[in-house]
Amino acid sequence: MTETTQTQTSGLLPRPGGLRGVAADWASDQRTFKSVSWGKAMMWIFLLSDTFVFGCFLIAYMTARMSTVVPWPNPSEVFALTIAGHEIPLILIAIMTFVLISSSGTMAMAVNFGYRRDRRKTAALLLVTALFGATFVGMQAFEWTKLITEGVRPWGNPWGAAQFGSSFFMITGFHGTHVTFGVIFLLIIARKVLRGDFDVERRGFFTSRKGNYEIVEILGLYWHFVDLVWVFIFAFFYLW
Amino acid sequence: MAQTATHAEQQQHPIKLYLVVWGLLFVLSALSYLVDYLELQGYLRWSLILVFMMLKAGLIVAIFMHMAWERLALTYAILLPPLLVLVFVAIMVSESNYTVLTRTMFFGAAP
Repeated sequence: MTETTQTQTSGLLPRPGGLRGVAADWASDQRTFKSVSWGKAMMWIFLLSDTFVFGCFLIAYMTARMSTVVPWPNPSEVFALTIAGHEIPLILIAIMTFVLISSSGTMAMAVNFGYRRDRRKTAALLLVTALFGATFVGMQAFEWTKLITEGVRPWGNPWGAAQFGSSFFMITGFHGTHVTFGVIFLLIIARKVLRGDFDVERRGFFTSRKGNYEIVEILGLYWHFVDLVWVFIFAFFYLW
Repeated sequence: MAQTATHAEQQQHPIKLYLVVWGLLFVLSALSYLVDYLELQGYLRWSLILVFMMLKAGLIVAIFMHMAWERLALTYAILLPPLLVLVFVAIMVSESNYTVLTRTMFFGAAP
């Protein structure tokens, strides 16, 4: 009853646009994030905190790179691969970027089909996204192995500033962990979609709440964020 | 009731929009890779890297994460705080300059 009244009130009173609307939404005792469910709002706030975590990592890397008097190893050469006799700079990282962007594309489409309540297409796209994510982690494992055999350690490397190794392992390691957890959650949600949990509003195992397709969008927010962080890592760590 | 209201507020966008953004992200990634492949240096390299990075980030947040269609109250709450990181960046740039200065002055290493 209370909820019905709230919904109707927000429908009856048109809000002013622009900054005046923002002030109105934040002012007085009311639900600030209208038209956004608590789950989505909390995911956004979690992502905001995660932004600060990765922001601190990138700032630590910037400080290390700016303050060292030893030359920084050239990432273009460090991450080069020899394919068919040609040394191609940064090629593995470029492929990883395309894989992660493709996974973001399939995720966005999964969200779309989820809201159309297309159970099969949503599940299939979620599984494709998980596959791209797993490919990304696999390539990252290959990259780590290659660098470790070449003698890169958190305390030193053969090419220059010692901080290169520590920055690399910390930043890509944390990002890879995020991707791995994303893949696990993608598989869990894909199973739920495929089983039809969100069509019959089956109650969740932990929360006992009725599931609906919005969870696909919330998971999508997390997955796109992982892609977003990679955009910054790619620009600052690999290209700079 | 609240459930249905939330669902009604979910905008449906054509799949074509996502495919177009996907294609744009591919092009932008290819361009930023070309920056490295063509071995551009100096301010041209850095500005191109930043431009492509911001365009990619903007497309992902606005279209894929649906921020373009959210209420301004949420948009500002999420997008303004990360800008404060830039203050932190400025502080650490000045700190790094000081560190590298003392290292060159007292340890005699060439800059």
